[in-house]
Order: sequence, then C-alpha cells, then structure tokens
Amino acid sequence: MLDDGKRPLVRVRNLKMHFPIYRGVMRRQVGEVRAVDGISFDIYAGETLGLVGESGCGKSSAGRAILRLYDVTDGEISIDGNEIAHLAGDELRRLRPEMQMIFQDPQASLNPRMTVAAIIAEPLDEHQTLSRNARMERVFELMDAVGLNRNFANRYPHEFSGGQRQRIGIARALALNPKFIVCDEPIAALDVSIQAQVVNLLEDLQEKFGLTYLFISHDLSMVRHLATRVAVMYLGKVVELADSAQLYGDPKHPYTEALLSAVPEPDPTLENTRERIILEGDVPSPSDPPEGCNFCTRCPRVMDICRRESPEFKQLEDGRFVACHLM
Amino acid sequence: MPDGAISDLVPILDVKGLKTVFSTRSGEVHAVNSVSFDLAPGELLGVVGESGSGKSVTMMSLIGLLPQPPAEIRDGSVIFEGHDILQMSADDLRDIRGREIGFVFQDPMTSLNPVFTIGFQIMEPLRRHMGMNRAAARERAIELLELVGISDPGPRLSDYPHQFSGGMRQRVMIAIALACDPKVLIADEPTTALDVTIQAQILELVRDLRQKLGMGIIWITHDLGVIAGIADRVMVMYGGQVVEQAPVHELFSNPRHPYTRALLETLPSIAGGRSKRLRTIEGQPPALSAQPTSCPFRARCAHAMAVCAQKNPPIERLAHRHDVACFWSPDNADNAGEADA
Repeated sequence: MLDDGKRPLVRVRNLKMHFPIYRGVMRRQVGEVRAVDGISFDIYAGETLGLVGESGCGKSSAGRAILRLYDVTDGEISIDGNEIAHLAGDELRRLRPEMQMIFQDPQASLNPRMTVAAIIAEPLDEHQTLSRNARMERVFELMDAVGLNRNFANRYPHEFSGGQRQRIGIARALALNPKFIVCDEPIAALDVSIQAQVVNLLEDLQEKFGLTYLFISHDLSMVRHLATRVAVMYLGKVVELADSAQLYGDPKHPYTEALLSAVPEPDPTLENTRERIILEGDVPSPSDPPEGCNFCTRCPRVMDICRRESPEFKQLEDGRFVACHLM
Repeated sequence: MPDGAISDLVPILDVKGLKTVFSTRSGEVHAVNSVSFDLAPGELLGVVGESGSGKSVTMMSLIGLLPQPPAEIRDGSVIFEGHDILQMSADDLRDIRGREIGFVFQDPMTSLNPVFTIGFQIMEPLRRHMGMNRAAARERAIELLELVGISDPGPRLSDYPHQFSGGMRQRVMIAIALACDPKVLIADEPTTALDVTIQAQILELVRDLRQKLGMGIIWITHDLGVIAGIADRVMVMYGGQVVEQAPVHELFSNPRHPYTRALLETLPSIAGGRSKRLRTIEGQPPALSAQPTSCPFRARCAHAMAVCAQKNPPIERLAHRHDVACFWSPDNADNAGEADA
C-alpha cells in the first residue's frame, strides 16, 4: 500500500527509558527499571505498526516515551522530521497536535465531571482559538466521525457503555487532525463483540484521515488483523520486527515463536493437534535483567553465547529485523 | 477428548431453573433467568459470554457466594450428590464449599489474603475440612504446590502473596482450590488477567490435572480460543440465559444460535486467511431490568422475526446434547436465500 516511496513518519533510534528506584530515608537512587532499553524502528506514513509483548515488557512505556509523555533517558525520536526526544516546554507543545494518544481504559482516561462535548473540545481549547460556533461544529463533526449520536454531546461519560466511551477517547484524539496516533491497548478493556466495532472504526478513520498508528496490544490475533508490520518486545527490547504476514507465517525469534504458539485458536480440532511451545517460568525483572540475551533464562534454544553476549538487532531480509544469536 | 463417552454418566452437579435477581436502587436486575445445565464427573464444561451475560453470577449463586440481599435466588434447584445446595444451612454449605466444590477466581491479586503466608492459606482448608494436624497439612501443601508446578515448594510456604508473580499466584489459587480433592472445580476466568505464555502454562496444567484427578470442571471465560483448547462441552450465555449448549466440536463446526455464530465470526485468527474487515455484532447487550418476555438478543440479531418480540424462545434439544434457544434455524435460512457466513 506504500509503493510510492516509503517515507518514515516516525523514526525511533536507540530509545531508552529508565525509571530510577529510590530507597531509604535519604531517597537515594539504588537502581533503575530499564523499561525501554534501546529500541529502534521506523513507522511509515499511513501504516500501522503493531507493538506486542507480555505485560511488563515495556511496550506502553515505549509508546508514552515516543509521544514524550515522559522525559526520555536517551535516544532519538523524530516525528515528521522534527526531532523531539529532548525538546521541552513550548517547543514541544507546538508539536503536540501532530501526535495523539488513545488510552487503554476509557473509564479512567475521561474526566467524569466533564461532558462529552467538553472532553472532545478540550484539545481545541488548548491549541486553537475557535469561535463558539466553530468549536461546537467541530465537536459534532468529530462525534459523527466516530459514530456517536450528536444528541449525547451534553451527557457525562458514565452514561455511556465501554465501547462508546472508547469512541469519545478516539474523537478527542482526532480533534487536532493528528498525523500519528499511539493506540495503547485501546480494546483490551472491551468485550469481544465490542472490540470488533472499535477496530473497524480505527481502520475506517485511518483510511479517511490518512492516519499512522502505533498499535500497542497483547492480543496477537487482533494485531495480526490490524498491523502492516509488527514489532515484538521482550524485557525492554525489540526482539523481532517484520512484515505482519512474515512474522505470523514464519517467526524467526524463539520468543515470537513461543508467543504465537501460546495463543489459543478458536478451533477445537486445530487445538488438539497443535504443537505448543510452553515457556518455563516468568519474565525476569526489568530492574535486574539477565546477563547476555534478555530471553536466555526462558529460551528453549539457549546456547552458551546467549548467556554472555547480548545479540545485535540486525536486518535479515528486506525490512526484517531479529535480535538473536541463532540468526 | 471423547464427546460421547463422558456425557452419558450421571451428572455430579445438576442445575435446574436457576433465577437470581439483584435489588438495586434503580430497580431489579434479573441477572440469571432460568438457567439449567449439568456437569458429569471428569467433564470440563466451558461457559462463554460477554460481561454482564450472567456467567459469573450463575456460578456464584449456585454455591451461595452472593450476599443476600442484594441478591436473591428466586427459583431453581442445584442438586449436588443428591442434595439441593440451595436448601442447605449455612454450616452445611460451608462444609461443601472448598471441600467438595473448589473455586478459582479471576484475579489472583485480590483473592489471596495479603497478610497471611500462602502456606497458611493452603493449609487452612486442609485443617478446617480434613481435620489434618499442622504437620500433615504442611506436607499436603508442599505436595499441592509441586502438583501445580511451583519449584522448591517447602521454603515458599512461608512467602506472602506479593512475593509471587501473577501466574504463580494463580497456581497457588488452584492449589488451594484443589486442596481437599473437590469433586467439582469452578474456575471463573482464571487466566484472563494473565499473559498468553503464562495462560498457556496454566492451561497445560489443567489438562494434566484433569487426567490425574478426574474431577468435573466448570471453566468460565470469554475467550473462545481457550474453550476450544480445553472444553468437552460448551455453554453459551447471553442476557442471563443459556442460549446454546453443545459438545465442543459440534459447537464450533455447527453453531446454531445467531449469537454464537456472530461471536465466532467476530474473532480474528492467528492462522489462516486474514479477513478484510472484522464482522461485528452491532448494538449493546441488553439491560436486564425485568423478567424477559422476548428474546434478549433480538435487537442485535440479523435474523430477528416478529415472533422474537412476542415471546422468549425456550431452550430445546436439537440433536444429541445440542440445545438451542432460538426460533430461527440456519437450515431454513439457506432455503430462504438469507446469505450468512
């Protein structure tokens, strides 16, 4: 779909997001949680990059760091040519309309004391100076775009169901005509029958407004449906990045392989015959990652070198990256 | 797993016409409406439905875990080994709960007591129900932790819940539920809060334990993938009612109720072809403010007819152990040219 010369809209290089741990009466720093530990990728204009991994792997931290909701520890982030990793104050604020976020929990991310119209108009009030009528017109336009009834503009979030609340969050994210939207588990809190509605809406909006998504999720089958390319994260690092079809059809990294085999398929015949790779144990703590490859403590194909050296994130074929000593 | 072999046994748990109503400030909520099902020894019954479909409330009402009021069990019987659980005194019920019927809750974080060691929590039912002394209970607790795959269980008995990860905590919950060798285990979304790789570990454990222990399991989930992997029989709930019930292969290959069909179609798959667009079930689940007088799914149903608004379809047996509550049938639809699928 991007034959006309792929143009990276978002460029992330060696991004690090470490959170300090303070202990004791003096609140001295005793360590750090390496939530994101050197990730690099491009997101092309108009595509959806899926970012998957288990809880605690740093995918949400990565998404928030890319939007500069955090002060990043190190690395470069450029969005549409603007280097934003170390901007601050007004300079950063000027660029905010370009990049928006849809949050996981529509219950927690909407102010319960604001009406739907006020919620959707808040970014407009912050970044634009519209007349009252123009502002209301824009709110209605956005409500139409996400499939909310205009008559509900003066209602409060608690009067809506989960799926509708997520639509309010989406309308707010769209208010300033952003180019890039980070969707942080937007469907995780919704029922299956409602998930499909929201996913279809996100796809429609992408087509209509030419949006670029970073879609963070732990639901691998939904990411397969939505994403153009997929990045798999484990313990703060991207272990594999490939075209969606390639990644699901022929996973290269042992972690990707195990992750995919752990997803239950809604087909009993297939489920009875399928070969499963069951990983032992849990994800190690990101404040104390293992020596060498981060995955070496659980990897079914671990070798000696994995316990000593961290594998390089290297390109295999065109557009396909893997960080593993097996490659 | 064989569909026919298990299903002909005498059920260990037989639920008939269960009705649960909650009284709230804004009126009544009819959460469970005439739910009937049974469970054979050694069988794994999967229960699916979206939130608010009444699946958890059904299971909680049948072993008296709901506070009354606001809940009220209006009608029905739950026959467990010849006795009606709903008629039992609180004391008798307490003897059954934990001993004969184990329960695993969704969230391992909130269902373990943070101020007691997990050893204490596993030993509690053993000492209460089995009359074991401290040493015997401790030995059994170690055995149980080994059974659920926790390595080096001895020293871990004196650890507190916060020292365990989510997957480990759920294993501890399962160990507690299994402590007294229950005949029935009710698992309410036991893997929903866990990651897929940890979920795979727990599912593997349950497959394994079933063969070893041979108890009847009721597994509540909203994930049809999980159901496909472990269940013998599936019960689909919607709006506080059972809308379809069938052996697992039958349900996935020949779904009859429009809700089941739609549910199966909305799921994207990890293998196979990628559909251009996901199918959706439009609309919202019903509010259950009154006794249903019409089909609860009709507002979202693609095949709704006039009769659906007039009466609530009764659940009827179609084939061997395949029950459906719907006036519409996919067979007639094909003739009528209603394209579906």
